[in-house]
Amino acid sequence: MSTPRSGPALAARDLVKTYPQGRGKPPLTALDGLSFEAAPGTVFGLLGPNGAGKSTTVKILSTLARADSGRAFVAGIDVGADPAGVRRAIGFVAQKQVSDPMDTGLENLLLAGRLHGMGARRARERAEELLDRFGLAGAARRQVKTYSGGMIRKLDVAVGLMHRPRVLFLDEPTTGLDPEARAEMWAEIERMAAGERMTVLLTTHYLEEADRLAARLAIVDGGRVVAEGSPEQLKSELRGDAVLVQPRDRARLPEARAAVGGVSVFREVGIVGRAVHARADDGGAALPQALAALEAAGVPVASATVSRPSLDDVYLAHTGRSFAAAEERHARAEAEGVAA
Amino acid sequence: MTVLAHTGALTLRQLRAAWRVPAFVVMNVVQPLTWLLLFGQLFTSVVDIPGFEGGSSYLEFLTPGIVMMMALFGSAWAGTSYVQDMERGVMDRFLTSPASRGALMVSTLVYQAVLTVVQTLIVLAVALLGGARFGGGAPGVLVLLLAAMLLTASFSALSNAAALLARSQNALIGLSQLVTIPLMFLSSALMDTRLSAGWLDRVAAFNPFEWAVVASREALGGQGRDWPSIAGHLGLLAAFTAVLAWVATRAFRTYQRSA
Repeated sequence: MSTPRSGPALAARDLVKTYPQGRGKPPLTALDGLSFEAAPGTVFGLLGPNGAGKSTTVKILSTLARADSGRAFVAGIDVGADPAGVRRAIGFVAQKQVSDPMDTGLENLLLAGRLHGMGARRARERAEELLDRFGLAGAARRQVKTYSGGMIRKLDVAVGLMHRPRVLFLDEPTTGLDPEARAEMWAEIERMAAGERMTVLLTTHYLEEADRLAARLAIVDGGRVVAEGSPEQLKSELRGDAVLVQPRDRARLPEARAAVGGVSVFREVGIVGRAVHARADDGGAALPQALAALEAAGVPVASATVSRPSLDDVYLAHTGRSFAAAEERHARAEAEGVAA
Repeated sequence: MTVLAHTGALTLRQLRAAWRVPAFVVMNVVQPLTWLLLFGQLFTSVVDIPGFEGGSSYLEFLTPGIVMMMALFGSAWAGTSYVQDMERGVMDRFLTSPASRGALMVSTLVYQAVLTVVQTLIVLAVALLGGARFGGGAPGVLVLLLAAMLLTASFSALSNAAALLARSQNALIGLSQLVTIPLMFLSSALMDTRLSAGWLDRVAAFNPFEWAVVASREALGGQGRDWPSIAGHLGLLAAFTAVLAWVATRAFRTYQRSA
């Protein structure tokens, strides 16, 4: 198989994937024409709420699942035509624990090395290097079932790195970790991305994580990419600060919206949760005008904030709903699915 | 060569786990040993029934039957390790590695077969302590071990396939209840089928479990062994194992299609 030197390290083109839902139900569309490209040597983030299609994308790119239609290339290799070639080129850290709890940390790493055809000596050297780097050297000879959640996750990443893959998949690497372990993991991923010459595909539903780690990211919603760019680009495309004003009485939200909408410096005025959300080029200067308009309309205000655009704002702008609301909706759908 | 290296590495992983919790291996022998000693005592007079051609000691008749029951019942649960690997991300990690599906399958069959060898030797030792004597000597024991390993591998493959298709322990409960127990009774494990209903004798001839029992009992028996019959039954069992292992390896495709 030829491997082009240049070109994207990862490319997904119009991926479609549906799952049968059982008799009488329409199939569930997980991916609905998803496309993106990631340049070599970068951390590329797939950001979206649970159920957006991130994990399905990772499964297709890592040869675990096949797309109904569309094509995908990993390290220049066609995933559909040469899955074995892809498997040699990638490291895979699933959303769930990939380390065997019955084996020790060292044994997990050595097995990964063996499966990738590394000789015993090279495998041991690499394993020890990784154990050192991830601060696991002291626990190398302990069974993984005695590790903490954060240690297991670090070992999982080390297992994925064992054979120096050209592309590493990190599917929600910090989900379920406490804030301290998460911060440590972020530092590890940053160091790793700088030290190893490889491309990382990171999926996450933490806005902060995508913002911090990804050089470029694609926002995924409903099985499609709705926005793509660097976090800074995506935020600056929004042109302006977010202004959030919450009236004391929820029933008067429409009135508050009308009052803020009447001020010419504001655009994209809408209601998000219990607050009026608007955008202005200079939020600090615009806020007093909003408050004045509300006072004139006789709407008492409970709180008012100005913030630089966040990825949550980007998400809102592209999908029409806040990230938290999307997560909640998915959780509800899951619960109903279980009940039904 | 790569496939062999992968199979070896994956088999060792499972053996390490068993080595760390030897209680599981021992637990699986306790029940067969209880059967061996209880049934051996309960049915001592079976050998006196006119027409019984299984020798003069019921314990000697019973031993290969108990070994195969142990192999059959134990291997029905073999898929448990796949279920655990699937519940974690371990299976997905292996499936995205260069390890072939064949190596993933065969390593679990080899692992289960090794456990069966250990357990068979324990059962054999207890039977000897209980007074059983086998004229077949070393060749007899080798056939017993080989038959037990093949039986284990074939039903472990079936169990793995069930695990891959159903992805739950429940499928294995079904397998162990609905498949293994009828197979055990449709055989000469506990009783000379020449004394049973005629149809049972004829059905038993198509039962892979019975092939293992017949081959090993004949080989353990000593003088006048029917080697062509032993070889024939072992051959059938090996073919059955190969087919099931192939079918089970194909089950990975279905697992991935629904991934």
